[in-house]
Amino acid sequence: MSDAAARPEVHIGEVAAPTAAVSIWEIFLEFLIIGATSFGGVVPYLRGSLVIKRHWIDEKEFVEMLSISQSLPGLNATNMAVLVGERLRGWLGSTVAITGICLPGALLMYAVGIFYRLHGDHPWITSALKGVAAAAVGLILSTVVGLSKKALSHSFDFIFMAATVLLVNRLHWSVLRALVVVGILAILYHHPKKAEKAVVDTR
Amino acid sequence: MSQISSLARVFSYLSLLTVGGGMAAFPAMKYLTVEVHGWLTFKQLIHIYSVGQMAPGPNMMMIVVIGQWAGGLLGAFVTVAAFFCPTALLAFAVARGWRKLEKWPWRKSIQEGLAPVSIGLLLAGCFTMAKGAITGLETGAVAVATLLILLQYKINPALLVAASAVVGLLSLK
Repeated sequence: MSDAAARPEVHIGEVAAPTAAVSIWEIFLEFLIIGATSFGGVVPYLRGSLVIKRHWIDEKEFVEMLSISQSLPGLNATNMAVLVGERLRGWLGSTVAITGICLPGALLMYAVGIFYRLHGDHPWITSALKGVAAAAVGLILSTVVGLSKKALSHSFDFIFMAATVLLVNRLHWSVLRALVVVGILAILYHHPKKAEKAVVDTR
Repeated sequence: MSQISSLARVFSYLSLLTVGGGMAAFPAMKYLTVEVHGWLTFKQLIHIYSVGQMAPGPNMMMIVVIGQWAGGLLGAFVTVAAFFCPTALLAFAVARGWRKLEKWPWRKSIQEGLAPVSIGLLLAGCFTMAKGAITGLETGAVAVATLLILLQYKINPALLVAASAVVGLLSLK
């Protein structure tokens, strides 16, 4: 097979595609599809669609945007929509992306709200919901375990984590107060000089 | 009309607490929507949050239900807008500025410092919810089983939550 056949125009087109403007409608539609199909967590669907299928952003950008999304307030799904939308088509891109990703779930939950109002106290529904609620607790715990493995490295991190839990659950601090107080302490603990020293130490 | 402005206030405040995930805001959401405003009961809050885990898209769309019950279609719309606009604007501003901050040494400190706090907030939200959701041995077993299965196998969590509805239907009266 010749070189020309191995690198047909399609390939060049694929690489050029993201810089050639993506239309607002395409952005809306892609995020609408993600919003309608991403059962059980949005991140893998975002990657599959934006990086692998559409080549709108590359793997490195995706990881970087995800890390920004995770350290900001807001859900990963909507923060990612804003960041990717902004990258593709500025503020209008962000607006249609976040609208698209929210719309299907919002309509579905609106219907759930009506249904629950009518039939929420039916004994079958109540016992099914007991199971669902218990599983949701297990699901959140598994998220906590997954994040801890990835993000907690220093033993002090576990102290900051435990302090946050105790302040909110036991001492009934508001989430905001715990976030600000423990957050500032933890950021100061991880101050830049310390990070530099750690780099030197590992060398 | 006062409900609409309360919804806007409450959910734009909650929006800024969702560091690390929607669950981080759960204790505050319980306090404001159940205890302060009485838009729903704690049990209903747990139910719609859990059902929301089976819906596609961002996993806090259950807020639509609270908005709807408190203020109808307009209430639902205002709730969603209030919950997503503040953080969306922040993300938009950061998208423009963050790259310039790449060399700023505190950027890494902020990321590393906020990680344990956000995980702590998720855990605190989880415990708040568990107080209402884990009512006995059976529900405890479902929660532990879900956790262990998710840690052990790559299975779609939405499927597992749906399956637990069947478990509930068959065994939890």
